[in-house]
Amino acid sequence: MARKLPSRDVVIIGLGWTGAILANELTDAGLDVVAIERGPWRDTAESFNVGYAPDELRFAVRLDLFLRPAQETLTFRNNLNQTALPIRQFGSFLPGDGVGGAGVHWNGQNWRYHPTDFRLRSHLIERYGASAIGDLTIQDWGVTYDELEPFFDRFEKIAGISGKAGNLKGAIQPGGNPFEGSRSDDYPLPPMQMTYAPTLFAEAARSVGYHPFPTPSANASGAYTNPLGLTMGPCTFCGFCERFGCANYSKASPQVNVLPVLMRKRNFEARTECEVLKINLDGSGKRATGVTYVDTAGQEWEQPGDLVICCAFSLFNVRMLLLSGIGKPYDPSTNEGVVGRNYSYQTNSSVQMFFDNKTFNPFIASGALGQSADDFNGDNFDHTGLGFIGGAGMNCIPTNGRPILTRPVPPGTPNWGSAWKKATKESYNSAFSITSQGSSYTTRGNYIDLDPTYKDRFGRPLMRMTFDFPENDIRMSAFVNDKLATVAKAMGPRQIVANKTGTPYSVVPYQSTHNVGGAIMGADPKTSVLNKYLQSWDVPNVFVMGASAYPQNAGYNPTGTVGALAYWAAHAIRTQYLKNPGPMVQA
Amino acid sequence: MSHYALTRRYFLGSTTLAFLFGGATGAGAKTITGQQPWMAFAANPPTPELGNGLLFFIPSEFATIDAIVARLIPADDLGPGAKEAGCATFIDRRLAGSFGTFQRFYMQPPFANGTPQQGPQSANIPHVIYRTGLAALDAYSRATYAGKAFTALELAQQDAVLQAMEKGEAKFAGAVSAQQFFAMLLQNTREGFFADPLYGGNRDMIGWKLVGFPGARYDYRDHVSKHNQPYPLPPVSIFGRPDWQMKG
Repeated sequence: MARKLPSRDVVIIGLGWTGAILANELTDAGLDVVAIERGPWRDTAESFNVGYAPDELRFAVRLDLFLRPAQETLTFRNNLNQTALPIRQFGSFLPGDGVGGAGVHWNGQNWRYHPTDFRLRSHLIERYGASAIGDLTIQDWGVTYDELEPFFDRFEKIAGISGKAGNLKGAIQPGGNPFEGSRSDDYPLPPMQMTYAPTLFAEAARSVGYHPFPTPSANASGAYTNPLGLTMGPCTFCGFCERFGCANYSKASPQVNVLPVLMRKRNFEARTECEVLKINLDGSGKRATGVTYVDTAGQEWEQPGDLVICCAFSLFNVRMLLLSGIGKPYDPSTNEGVVGRNYSYQTNSSVQMFFDNKTFNPFIASGALGQSADDFNGDNFDHTGLGFIGGAGMNCIPTNGRPILTRPVPPGTPNWGSAWKKATKESYNSAFSITSQGSSYTTRGNYIDLDPTYKDRFGRPLMRMTFDFPENDIRMSAFVNDKLATVAKAMGPRQIVANKTGTPYSVVPYQSTHNVGGAIMGADPKTSVLNKYLQSWDVPNVFVMGASAYPQNAGYNPTGTVGALAYWAAHAIRTQYLKNPGPMVQA
Repeated sequence: MSHYALTRRYFLGSTTLAFLFGGATGAGAKTITGQQPWMAFAANPPTPELGNGLLFFIPSEFATIDAIVARLIPADDLGPGAKEAGCATFIDRRLAGSFGTFQRFYMQPPFANGTPQQGPQSANIPHVIYRTGLAALDAYSRATYAGKAFTALELAQQDAVLQAMEKGEAKFAGAVSAQQFFAMLLQNTREGFFADPLYGGNRDMIGWKLVGFPGARYDYRDHVSKHNQPYPLPPVSIFGRPDWQMKG
């Protein structure tokens, strides 16, 4: 039996980037906020201690900072005709755990989605006609780039992003990304110093007519103080970035960039190692009354609150809505319902290069140090006659030389023995990969619901993912990867190996933790879970942050837009919702 | 509106870190307010596993593992291999820890065979994979090579057995297939060859020296712009270098 606690103004589920941002903004507005986090407390000094942070086995292989599947996982199948089975070990994607969430283990590649990404369906119909969309279920976000621009800027300044503007108030800037949306301001820090491989890539990309620029990075290029007064130290290129916490206070994270201010506030409380079981609704089903959670001793607690904000990792936001009965679950057979609809991912291919007589020192790296080119991203190029829509960023961001997992060898090399040893030694310092990170467009059959068979440790159904790469995306990825190969050739390697994504999608090899959609935002409650302010259409005192709101995915890492949407939603709550609690958009 | 006025419900007073609700029996949550709950000396460093003795294997099993890793990453003209790096000890220590039981993984039934894209679905934990796999390997070796144990085979014969396991041509009796056992052996041997030496393998940083990985240095600001130039310093582990230790 749950024991009832005193009510709070705001109950936040999950204390990662969005939970920390919403809590900080709403406590500034004078509200009394409690954040309930299922994982442990984490801070730099204890959890990412410089004395033992550079431990590949513990953090990158055994995944010490990540969610344990024993605690929660999901089931998976490629299509409706298969029986889903549990993902017993995470592989293709790695959900985070604990305070800081994915903001601890991310690379720090911080993008703004392109203006056309936010009105994708309208834009493509205007340019190519409705037939270009085919049976894809892509749609507009309900919010525009121009509306979000001040909040992109806010997040970049909070997180201390290093980069070079390519479009400042409509004027194209040399050295930046000429395809990006218009920015009100440059990045708060200049670009990072470049290592050898991205330098070669940029020269080669320019030589074949593309427009490379330094990848926008949350790994600080120098000392920085953010608008909250919190400081970052310069990145040391340690090569233990993604999958690790940063011991140098150099990679932006909730721990470095928000929590030291938030935690000092008397109107904020974090409750860790407490797992929310569901959001509670009143008898009408139209109003949330709070949440029920369970602590590590197995005691259930009811935490009432006036406003409930879902800030878990995107997949787990979707499951929380399904378990709580908020919004109508999506059914692919009838194409009705919304929760779980439009799950999408990221469509990545790569080109690997083996050189003679080059020394790349792959261990001198960070998670977001590199060069990118957007010539074939989104709708930056004419798709007429190509047979697909969407695109991919071309990236050279060699993140590490950690040798348990990063040991490139030419195809055909045996897996063991002296020949393997020789190839491993020869290639370690003289090979690298460049990647195309592509959009992922939605279909009727790719979705999330609850599994009929497998349960979590509390007996709740696991969520079930049904996903395969749409043919559109496979064609897109092959097209851009061929462009990427022309850049690779211009670098003059001894050998080029192209790895193109194909079907069926597999949950085994690591690809991306950019799982998006399932609780999407939009302008129509029949095809979206949230309105443009990330507010539930069905239960207006529930908001859902995170990439679960993306109607489909673009060819970018999602965090920059997650941060902008969090500030956008917080602003709407502060300036509109609190004055008049209720739906901010009439259905 | 007053409904959202700042309310002061700080039932924990000035306590910054407390077990939730002092009066509640067995409450297992932590509540944090007012400041970060950082405590001096609370970090959680690993413990070096450099002692002798076996924690999981019996001596005959250990000898077989030692012979296998010596073939997977052999000593040759490029330098020492996995045997010299202590990979068998590394595997013994890993099996004695949380990896040995797949403690972190979802191991709830029902177990069903799926597609390769659905990932591993075996109920076998590493304890079972190694113990059962080693017994089946011994039986296979004796049946194929006139009663000889794996450790008694010629090196070329050992390689032939390992190749047959890798390709699934060797049929193992019992729940653990030759391929499942081989895949885990290869994964764990590579881990032991390249992990920080504190875990019992990569002795004298043999694996890191082979490829030129400097280990736990953590700061390359002085070399980042020195393109195409070899990094000059030798590797260092989380616990330093052997030549920093006091000589007996």
